[in-house]
Amino acid sequence: MKIIVCISKAPDTTSKIAFTDGNSKFDENGVQFIVNPYDEWYALVRALELKEANGGSVTVLNVGDASNDAIIRKALAIGADDAVRIDAPTQDALFVAKQIANYVKENNPDMVLLGKETIDYNGSQVGGMVAAILDMPYVSLASKLDMNGTTATIEREIEGGVEVIETSTPFVLSAAKGMAEARIPNMRGIMAARTKPLNVVAAIAADNATEIKSFSLPPAKTGCKYVDADNVEQLIDLLHNEAKAI
Amino acid sequence: MADDRFQAPDYYNLDELLTEEHKLIRDTVRAWIKKDVSPIIEEYAQKAEFPKQIIPGLAEVGGFGPYIPEEYGGPGLDQIAYGLIMQELERCDSGVRSTSSVQSSLVMYPIWKYGNEEQKMRFLPKLATGEFMGCFGLTEPDHGSNPGGMVTNFKDMGDHYLLNGAKMWITNAPIADVAVVWAKSEEGRIHGLLVERGMEGFTTPETHDKWSLRASITGELVFDNVKVPKENLLPNKSGLGAPLGCLDSARYGIAWGAIGAAMDCYDSALRYSKEREQFGVPIASFQLTQKKLAEMLTEITKAQLLTWRLGVLRNEGKATSAQISMAKRNNVDMALKIAREARQIHGAMGITSEYSIMRHMANLESVITYEGTHDIHLLITGMDITGISAFKNDGTQFS
Repeated sequence: MKIIVCISKAPDTTSKIAFTDGNSKFDENGVQFIVNPYDEWYALVRALELKEANGGSVTVLNVGDASNDAIIRKALAIGADDAVRIDAPTQDALFVAKQIANYVKENNPDMVLLGKETIDYNGSQVGGMVAAILDMPYVSLASKLDMNGTTATIEREIEGGVEVIETSTPFVLSAAKGMAEARIPNMRGIMAARTKPLNVVAAIAADNATEIKSFSLPPAKTGCKYVDADNVEQLIDLLHNEAKAI
Repeated sequence: MADDRFQAPDYYNLDELLTEEHKLIRDTVRAWIKKDVSPIIEEYAQKAEFPKQIIPGLAEVGGFGPYIPEEYGGPGLDQIAYGLIMQELERCDSGVRSTSSVQSSLVMYPIWKYGNEEQKMRFLPKLATGEFMGCFGLTEPDHGSNPGGMVTNFKDMGDHYLLNGAKMWITNAPIADVAVVWAKSEEGRIHGLLVERGMEGFTTPETHDKWSLRASITGELVFDNVKVPKENLLPNKSGLGAPLGCLDSARYGIAWGAIGAAMDCYDSALRYSKEREQFGVPIASFQLTQKKLAEMLTEITKAQLLTWRLGVLRNEGKATSAQISMAKRNNVDMALKIAREARQIHGAMGITSEYSIMRHMANLESVITYEGTHDIHLLITGMDITGISAFKNDGTQFS
C-alpha cells in the first residue's frame, strides 16, 4: 500500500499573530512553526497505522521552501519512510494543489491523505482541488478509514450522526479528529530521520489564482460590563447603542 | 494538578541558537511530559512514590544516556541536546530529572568513560532502555562535601574484592540493578566498582519521610563483606578525579534542569497574575507583581545564555569544572528564588497541588544541596580565581 501524506507548515497555536507589508503578509518573526496538527495527528498517523497493518510505504509531501525542512524531519521522525518537498513558495491553494496533483500523477499512490484544513489560513481547499484535477474520489472531514484490499470504508461525522462511505483506491481523503491518536516521536525515530531521504524537486509552472490583499485582527477584547438583572432597559440600551448587536 | 498549559519563555530568541534537531528533541520531551508525566506527577509526589511506569517512556525520549554513542545503545547526541532534555524533565519535576541525571551522568557516563569494552557492552545498552536502573554511591554519612575522606573500602582477596562501608542519599538506590560505588583500595586510592543487585551482603534501604524530591526514590547502599568480582572494577580511571568527572556531567545537566523548574514557575505565575483579579483588576497590573515577573524573566534569560554557552564549551571539550560549578550554583539559586517569588504571586493557591510551585520549591532545596552545595560551588569559583583553596582545612587552628 503506497500512501502519500501531504503536510503543511503552520504557526504554533500559541504564536502571537501580527502582519507586515501593509497588513498583507503574516509576520513570521519569532514565530515557531509546527506540522499542521490535522496533517500530523490524523492523516500521517493513520497512514502509518495502515502501513504497519498492511505493509507498503508512507511518503510525506510538502510544497514549500527550505524553511519547511524542519517540520518535514519531524514527520520522518514520527515514522514516514521518506519525504518529498516541491520547492516553491506557497500562498495560493490552486498553485499548491497543481503541484501535489502533478507529483501524485507521476507516482500513482493508493491514496493521498491530508488534514481537513491547515490551521493558518483554514482554506480547506487543497484536498478537493487535487482530487478534481486527478479525477479521483474525494472524501472530506473523515473521522475513520479502514481498508480491505482496494476498498476503503470511511466514516464522516455529519450533523447529528455518522455517514459511512465506501470508495476504492486511488482516492483523496481529508482527515478530521478521531481518525487516529497523535504520536510523539521517540529518540530512535529522531535518529532514523537524520538519514531518511528528503528529496527536493522543482515545482511545475503554475500561476497563483488568488492574491491576498490584506488581513485584519479581530477587535481587542474589552472588559465585561455587568448589568443588574432587574435593569433590562439598560441591557437593551448597551446592546443597541454601544455593542450595536441589536 | 490542573492542566499542563506550559509555554516556554524565550525572550532573547535563543531558539535561533539551536539546531532543528535540538528543537525537535526538546519539543518531543515536552510533549511526552505533558501527555504522560504532568497528569500523574503531583499524585506521586504527594504519596512520596517514584512513578516507575514512566521508565520506558523516559528511555524512549532519550532520558537515559543521550550522549552515549550508538554502538552502546545510546543516541549519540551532543551536550546541548542533553541539557535540553534535562530542562524539560525538570520543568515537570526535579525528581524525574534526578532519575534521568543519575542514570545518564553518574552510571552510564563512568561505565562509558572508565569501563572496559566488556563492561560497556554488558551494561550500557540495558541502561539506555531502562531495563537496568543504576545508582551512584559517593556520599557517605560523614563525608558529603569532602568525598575524599570516604571510609568505604575494598580489599584484594585474590580472586575477588571484599567491599565494606555505606553510602547515603543515593537517588534510585532501592530500585537499582547496578550501583557505581566509589571506594578506597588498601593503598587508599579511590576506584569505581560495579556492585550488582543480588550480591550477598549488599542492601539498599529506602530513605523515607523526605519533604523534597518526593517523586524520586532515595536510599542507602550498605556493603557488608560484599564479594565483588574483579571484572567489576572500572579499570580506566581512579582517584577522586574519576567520580568528580561524573559530577561535572551531572552538574552540567542540573544547570539546564534548574532553568526548566524556573521556567515552569515563571510561566505559571505569569498566567495566574493575568487571570487573578483583585481590586477589580488583574494582579499583573500591579507594579510589585510586574517587578517580580520582570526580574524572573531577566534571570531566566541570563541563565539560558550562560548555560547555552557552557553547552557549546562542553561540546568543544573546553568547559572547566569551575565553569560548571558557576552555572550549577547560579541556576539552582535563581530557580529557587523564582519558585519563592512565584509562590507569592500565586497567593494561597501557590501552596496547593493545583500548581507545581511549592513542589518545585521543595525539590530545589535538595538540588541546591546535592551535587556540590551552594557554598562549596562558590568556594570552587573562589579557588579558581584566587588560586587559594578556602574549603580544605586541616583543623590545626582550632586545636
